[in-house]
Amino acid sequence: MAYVELKSPPPPKGLMGEIAADLEALTKGLAVTLRHLGQKPVTLQYPEERPELPPRHRGRHELERHENGLEKCVGCELCALACPAKAIFVEGAENPPEAPVSIGERYAKTYVVNMIRCIFCGFCVEACPTEALQLKRVFELADYTRESMIYTKEMLLAPAYKKEPEDSWLPG
Amino acid sequence: MIGDLLAAIDWNVVFIILLAFIKAFVIVNVLLVIFAYMTVTERKVMGRMQARYGPNRVGPFGLLQPIADGIKLALKEDITPSQANVWVHTLAPILSLVPALIIFAVIPIGPSIPLGEPGSGSEWTWYIANINVGYLYAAAIASLGVYGIVLAGWASNNKYSLLGGLRASAQMISYELPQGLAALTVVIIAGTLNLYEIVEQQNRAGLPFGLLPIFGWIAFAIYIVSGIAETNRTPFDLPEAEGELGAGFHTEYSGFKWSMFFMAEYVNMVNVSALAIILFLGGWWPAVTGIAALDGVLGPIFFTLKLAFFMFCFIWLRTTFPRLRYDRLMGLGWKFLFPLALLNLTATAVWVALWPRGWWPFI
Repeated sequence: MAYVELKSPPPPKGLMGEIAADLEALTKGLAVTLRHLGQKPVTLQYPEERPELPPRHRGRHELERHENGLEKCVGCELCALACPAKAIFVEGAENPPEAPVSIGERYAKTYVVNMIRCIFCGFCVEACPTEALQLKRVFELADYTRESMIYTKEMLLAPAYKKEPEDSWLPG
Repeated sequence: MIGDLLAAIDWNVVFIILLAFIKAFVIVNVLLVIFAYMTVTERKVMGRMQARYGPNRVGPFGLLQPIADGIKLALKEDITPSQANVWVHTLAPILSLVPALIIFAVIPIGPSIPLGEPGSGSEWTWYIANINVGYLYAAAIASLGVYGIVLAGWASNNKYSLLGGLRASAQMISYELPQGLAALTVVIIAGTLNLYEIVEQQNRAGLPFGLLPIFGWIAFAIYIVSGIAETNRTPFDLPEAEGELGAGFHTEYSGFKWSMFFMAEYVNMVNVSALAIILFLGGWWPAVTGIAALDGVLGPIFFTLKLAFFMFCFIWLRTTFPRLRYDRLMGLGWKFLFPLALLNLTATAVWVALWPRGWWPFI
């Protein structure tokens, strides 16, 4: 077994050597705190300053649309199946041919995400075969009642087609 | 009848007493304002040293924070534990704060300014009382502060508080010895306990005692370390070690009574710093131009600047160092500082005995 032998400084000699070593250690510590006094704090002044989140941050869910305005979601319920927290409920229905909602044969009649249960793991996004479901960089989800934490399809659906390559989790 | 009484009154004495009252009122208020702003300064400086901001929401730059804190503390419910000794529980914070406040009566923060024609003896003084045993008074009153903490720990009827109080008494008694011996070094060199005269001697020589070769340095270092231990500040804040004792002696205190302990701690910091400045750093030096009026005005300013530096160092040390283990604390006091202070004192005494004329031979 190979192991790294830690090299410690040689033990100080005599009482005066010990005192000198102690004083050196104390001075080093004081220098660190004094150096920080002149530096800018790392604190983010949150309500005024906003954090710069990474492009693939997993925040609020969103259901995407196609360029022609139709929903990408085909009501396959794979997201609900993949969800380890059982936070998603999907009820699929036949897509009416005269007034199509999605491009597939079926569409999501109800799509509900319980934000209290959601653990933001992103498995639903990975499971989605049509890239309909995305997790966005919206993180201010706090609210006062349990009822308001149930996000319905109307809340989750993107208003229009969006081309946001920086948000896409798929390569290319 | 009344006319006789009025004629019998020495109006000078009345005036002196009245002036002392006014000065005392001003000093107490100034000390408490210093306390209030030390709390916010400490939190801000400590924050910056830890790469964060500290309080900055209440008022511009968080400057109204102490007022908000004060209102909060004053409005808080004052809880006395049902099994506690009510009288002692109430008396303890007072016993802690009052000694801290009255020490400042003897501390001269600037040179006196003679008023009227020369030789008239009337002068403006920057202290309330100039007593011959100034340092003795300060040391004696400072040790009274221990009673407040011990009684608080005992009266709370809480084992953590009691342990905190016991630790505090052991620590403060231990560190009073090296502190007193370090101060005694200065007293031997100066030949007086009068704080004003000690400062005057340093200024006459143009050299603060703290800069005296070797004896002064050692005494100064011992005084500072013991002073931090005396005020129960980190790294010597064993009595209130929150990790072990749950705030120690003031666990069972809330509201205004708790804030009195808080005030006492900060006012004691001011006292220790002020005494260190007087004994070792020449008081209002370098306001020694010889023009009495100019010195009298500049003196307190220089004194305040030195005080501010000391207070900064208190915060700096608190940010940097972790708390000592209890046996290490006692070991440092009894096995290192005490013998060193004793040796230093003896050496100084021998030196002064060999060269009795002139308070310091090689200047």
